[in-house]
Amino acid sequence: MTSIPKPAPGAKKLGLVIDLDTCVGCQACAVSCKEWNTSGHMAPLTDLDPYGARPDGVWFNRIHSYEAGDGAAGRTVHFPRSCLHCEDAPCVTVCPTGASYKRAEDGIVLVDADLCIGCKLCSWACPYGAREYDEDAGVMKKCTLCIDRIYNETLGEEERVPACVSVCPTRARHFGDLGDPDSEVSQLVAERGGFELMPEQGCKPVNRYLPPRPRAAPPVPSPSPSQTAEAATPIANRLLAWADRVLSR
Amino acid sequence: MRPAFSVIFFTTASGAGCGLLIWLGLLAPAGLLPASLWFGGLTLALALALLTAGLLASTFHLGHPERAWRALGQWRSSWLSREGVAALATYPPALAFGSLWVLGGPRGPWTALCGALAAAGALGTVFCTGQIYASLRTIRQWHDSRVVPLYLLLALWSGAVLAAALAGLWGAARLPALLALVCGLGGLALKLSYWHAIDRAAPASTLESATGLGSWGKVRPLDPPHTEENYLLREMGYRIARKHAAKLRRLALALAFALPLALLAAGLAARLAFPALLAALAAAAGLLIERWLFFAEAKHVVTLYYRGN
Repeated sequence: MTSIPKPAPGAKKLGLVIDLDTCVGCQACAVSCKEWNTSGHMAPLTDLDPYGARPDGVWFNRIHSYEAGDGAAGRTVHFPRSCLHCEDAPCVTVCPTGASYKRAEDGIVLVDADLCIGCKLCSWACPYGAREYDEDAGVMKKCTLCIDRIYNETLGEEERVPACVSVCPTRARHFGDLGDPDSEVSQLVAERGGFELMPEQGCKPVNRYLPPRPRAAPPVPSPSPSQTAEAATPIANRLLAWADRVLSR
Repeated sequence: MRPAFSVIFFTTASGAGCGLLIWLGLLAPAGLLPASLWFGGLTLALALALLTAGLLASTFHLGHPERAWRALGQWRSSWLSREGVAALATYPPALAFGSLWVLGGPRGPWTALCGALAAAGALGTVFCTGQIYASLRTIRQWHDSRVVPLYLLLALWSGAVLAAALAGLWGAARLPALLALVCGLGGLALKLSYWHAIDRAAPASTLESATGLGSWGKVRPLDPPHTEENYLLREMGYRIARKHAAKLRRLALALAFALPLALLAAGLAARLAFPALLAALAAAAGLLIERWLFFAEAKHVVTLYYRGN
């Protein structure tokens, strides 16, 4: 069924919280995602012409960089973009075959590659560009929130998070239950003023982004009166004057 | 959006086929079209051939055409699925209508019922086609209240031109030609109002809302996430030069509306059949350009992330 299921009472709303303050745009999440998922639930993430002049392939995570604002008030922000596992996912309801579905128990949006006819309508319906078509397999592919890691009991407890979260060197990516207001990720969103992307599109995304922190006021150079007095008195001894110059650098 | 020929051909061909079927199913049982078996057979065959060719073409852009039957499953939520169901549901009454015509002419009550059911199926198919596009909030040029009426009106227009061309061969082009004039003028007015509206409407989403960084000021793309094109840019990032769009709009208006309307009016005045045939050819070419523009001029919000506007 490609209708959105009614979440069971107490059902989880699994998703990511991405900190735009600490993301350094290193692409580690994108690479780690590609590495895990090319042999995971949606495998393979096909690459066409990978060593040629125009490499082209399926990725679930794309890292943009933007400039926001101007001059001293402006910021450079690295911006990872992936599936937001929306509550009202339009990619699910447009699917004519039932290949696209949203899980009632945790809200993860998945594609059943055996049912997908490759009509691409789901990618037209998604405002976030979360779905990428695999030209080779003829089916649509998307982020699975690493469903084959997060419930994988053969992995250690600390490894049961999406690949992009486990690899992030600046801890800019957090994974958890955004339906539970007491969860760590929900607390983080509340504390930092986390927001959703394009709320006007009405998809009710689950993932949240944390805004860059306000910049600390830059130190204003204001020399103390004693320093000013010292600077005003020239040092007669040439060796001491030289030492003063070197040490003042 | 990338104008895929299979989808352009599907929407124009199945639209014309459905339009023709609607007029045939409603007018023939009322005695308003030639009662000749040859007319009925030829018109029904052309309508179903156009619908079938369109449906087959639409499967060409699928990654797995052999699984196309699965698309009938999710009619509860998906307009694409509903379109497939409506299109297939049109065939049984249309074929029954044709059989009853062969057995007892176009005027019987059962023929009328089957004609009406076939017309309803055809109307429903075009309605669903329009809804597939109109229901996508991601593309403001499609998420517009004029899109569904346009699909319906243009299907009725192209169907009526075809009906006039065929009925003209039996010397009865007058009524379908008059209906075509009404639908054509209506379609022309609605298309002009649609273009006027999409050229002026402000986009609902911006790069500021897409990134949530608007409170810092104007947001500009700095580094792209990848150096080569990807699926998103190929499928959603199609761009058409403004000057070409203006030229193609004029060409579409001339071929899809102005020329066929003038030919139909001339045919009516001079009581000649062949201008309607020329009108049908011009309208077909014009509507292909109009549909190409419908895709090429549509802008998906995901391009904000890449281009900022």
